[in-house]
Amino acid sequence: MLSEELVDLSRLQFAITAMYHFLFVPLTIGMTWILVIMESAYVMTGKTIYKDMTRFWGKLFGINFALGVTTGITMEFQFGTNWAYYSHYVGDIFGAPLAIEGLMAFFLESTFIGLFFFGWDRLSRKQHLLVTILMAVGTNLSALWILIANGWMQNPVGAEFSYVTMRMEMVDFWAVLFNPDAQAKFVHTVSAGYVTGAMFVLSISAFYLLRGRDVEFAKKSFRIAAAFGFASICSVIVLGDESGYTVGEAQQTKLAAMEAMWETEPAPAGFNLIAIPNEAEMKNDFAIEIPWVMGIIGTRSLDQQIPGIKEIREKNRERILSGMEAVVTLEALRKTPNDAALREEFEQHKADLGFGLLLKKYVVDMRDVTPEIIDKAVADTIPRVAPLFWTFRLMVAFGFLMLALFGAALWYSIKGNFADKPWLLRASLWMLPVPWLSCELGWFVAEYGRQPWTIYGVLPTHMSVSTLSVGSLYGSLAGFIGFYTLLLAVEMYLMVRFAKQGPGSLGTGRYDNEYAHA
Amino acid sequence: MLFDYPTLKLIWWLLVGVLLVGFAIMDGHDMGVGTLLPFVGKDDVERRIVINTVGPHWDGNQVWFITGGGAIFAAWPLVYATAFSGFYWAMLAVLWALFFRPVGFDYRSKINNPTWRQTWDWGLFVGGAVPPLIFGVAFGNLFQGVPFHFADNLMPYYTGSFWGLLNPFALLCGVVSTAMITFHGAIYLMHRTEGAVQRRTQTAMLVFGSLLLLGFSAAGVWLWQGIDGYAIVSAVDAGALPNPLDKEVIRQPGAWLANYDKAPLTMVLPALAYAGTLAAMLLAVNRATLAAFVASSLAIVGVIGTAGASLFPFVMPSSTDLRSGLTVYDSVSSHLTLNIMLWATLIFMPIIIAYTGWAYKVMAGKVTAAYIRENDHAAY
Repeated sequence: MLSEELVDLSRLQFAITAMYHFLFVPLTIGMTWILVIMESAYVMTGKTIYKDMTRFWGKLFGINFALGVTTGITMEFQFGTNWAYYSHYVGDIFGAPLAIEGLMAFFLESTFIGLFFFGWDRLSRKQHLLVTILMAVGTNLSALWILIANGWMQNPVGAEFSYVTMRMEMVDFWAVLFNPDAQAKFVHTVSAGYVTGAMFVLSISAFYLLRGRDVEFAKKSFRIAAAFGFASICSVIVLGDESGYTVGEAQQTKLAAMEAMWETEPAPAGFNLIAIPNEAEMKNDFAIEIPWVMGIIGTRSLDQQIPGIKEIREKNRERILSGMEAVVTLEALRKTPNDAALREEFEQHKADLGFGLLLKKYVVDMRDVTPEIIDKAVADTIPRVAPLFWTFRLMVAFGFLMLALFGAALWYSIKGNFADKPWLLRASLWMLPVPWLSCELGWFVAEYGRQPWTIYGVLPTHMSVSTLSVGSLYGSLAGFIGFYTLLLAVEMYLMVRFAKQGPGSLGTGRYDNEYAHA
Repeated sequence: MLFDYPTLKLIWWLLVGVLLVGFAIMDGHDMGVGTLLPFVGKDDVERRIVINTVGPHWDGNQVWFITGGGAIFAAWPLVYATAFSGFYWAMLAVLWALFFRPVGFDYRSKINNPTWRQTWDWGLFVGGAVPPLIFGVAFGNLFQGVPFHFADNLMPYYTGSFWGLLNPFALLCGVVSTAMITFHGAIYLMHRTEGAVQRRTQTAMLVFGSLLLLGFSAAGVWLWQGIDGYAIVSAVDAGALPNPLDKEVIRQPGAWLANYDKAPLTMVLPALAYAGTLAAMLLAVNRATLAAFVASSLAIVGVIGTAGASLFPFVMPSSTDLRSGLTVYDSVSSHLTLNIMLWATLIFMPIIIAYTGWAYKVMAGKVTAAYIRENDHAAY
């Protein structure tokens, strides 16, 4: 049995490094298309100001990109260093999209980013625009493959367990590729990145307008950000994660937990706008419910039921009992692989093997399982409700807040008088951190909501880790926190410095603050 | 499926080798340039010249490393799991050294302050020198066997320590690897520079080329005389479902050289290491630097190929539980996954090589002091 401290520290390290990595990814994803838009305007109109916009926002994009790359390597290493059993158990499926991401997307993005920065004088206008487009395509494809891998963790399709190799093996690559969970997640996640990029440009442009600096440059940037941001926030909200809700049991469990739905209500279920979940008694101490809404959002119908937490728990109890048989027969089968009767019995319970493994958190030998341990394992199958309930609501609230801001920004951009609305410019500036917060909250809901599993229904988190010493984990955790704090300080320093200096940092002689740099 | 399982297992052994060699040739020359940076560039302009020879390309080249890691995850999941978790602190040292590169390249010249710039220069040195050193040390340990075993559910347990990795033979392999990468980087740097920087780099090139030849020879003799190899003594069913516990392994003097007896053609690989290095040195001194780069790339094929061919069919032998040792037959993914990954590689690799070649063509030519002056705000 692996110590709980080791598992918790491994989780903490992954959570910290993943969430840190995602401070940089959404801005990269969003900025690539904004750069494509700005450079297309340059190629079509021939106006130098659009080239300067591409170069200046590109400079800030580059500062951010450097840390995205730095922290991205950590993520790839970490499956092997800290999640060795996970890597063995599902590498056959999970490794493939990661490798294809490298081949198909990351090479493209990283090769052309070099030409984006260094190729201005060596490429024709159209060639350079093509480079920028390929960089954006690479970035977005990269997100696609990573989310195919992540989607499989939530909804593990197209794979089967083999008792000879003791792992999951791929049986249908197309099922993994077109996993509806992954596709829904992809649209939602890249759109959130677009919103982040738009907010970044909107806020900093608003800052220049409030100071009355680089007005023409800032106005043009603001307009592009407003239009792109409005389209993107609509995509986040309308095409968002919704379609993923009904897919797979992981999402059903997550949905029940983040909505604090203890009972299975008659369809269409109501939506708890606000509630105080009581985990111990499995009920809400207080709730404001809007009738019908949950059923309509969750199933897009009026007659399908959404299972509540209590119903899911009882289903899971049966699967744990069946999974126990699977573990017992598997262990016997490992000793006598040719026993046909054992094999047949294992096949009957194989689908519940993962649920049986949940018991391994408490016992090594299935003969030691008591009814209390089964109760504990059943309780484990539902993630904690209150954190999910509140983080989800906060994320949604931020989404609508941004919808209002981008709506107003676009409206006054069309009317042409946004620069005379200090309240709009100030709101744009102050809301700069909101998309980052929303992205982090979203990932928290997705990943914390999958607990106690790394692969839903297949592999429990507590079995996924590497057999490292707790001391090693404390050491590496301290190292990551130290490095990441330092890197963030350096990055923020440069970002703020160049954002404040503005397009004058290009040294073209056309903008304010030219010599702040020297 | 085009290939049967035993054939695909061998193809993937070759492909992992190709990716490793690709990484060493492409990302390797960036790392070599990073290692040389503080020594061949005496003032800020010279250092910017050195950095900008790889400035537009290092990012794309680093993906060889990332894709190599991903390919090992996908094709050899047990190797990925066991090696990365077993060599925990060594892997973190590589990772943390690599941290200095993206930020070092991008941030260094954004602030005009000597202390800031010199700090990043040494950061780029660490990011260039540490990874090849550690990879060499890791290879040195593979030859001696790694202390790990599998539980019955194939959970890997590593029972050695970090300091145990730093034994004399492994350190020698670290020197060979660092010399090889720095030598290769020096040749690239000579190709892209002129004048004083090029002259200083030539001296470094001769030093590291000689060190590579000496170290490679010493490691070969040591391997022949002083290190017991591993051999499978049970029957190998190459088409079987992979199960690393299902074999019998013994430790045997001279086993690492047995493949050269069995397949004499493999002698080409160590020969290539010598011939490539010598030819590269000769060509570079005569300023045929592009041909020299091809030659040093072939030397890399020779050195890494020699290591791989000696170990075959082992990838990561175990010193404490011999049967747990990982081989090309029993650490691989399923037939289907190997097949899909083969197609992905066959389709995308030529495309990658084509656009990488185009990127180098666009940026071709010497990086000069005049270039740095003209691009003061845009260059690294």
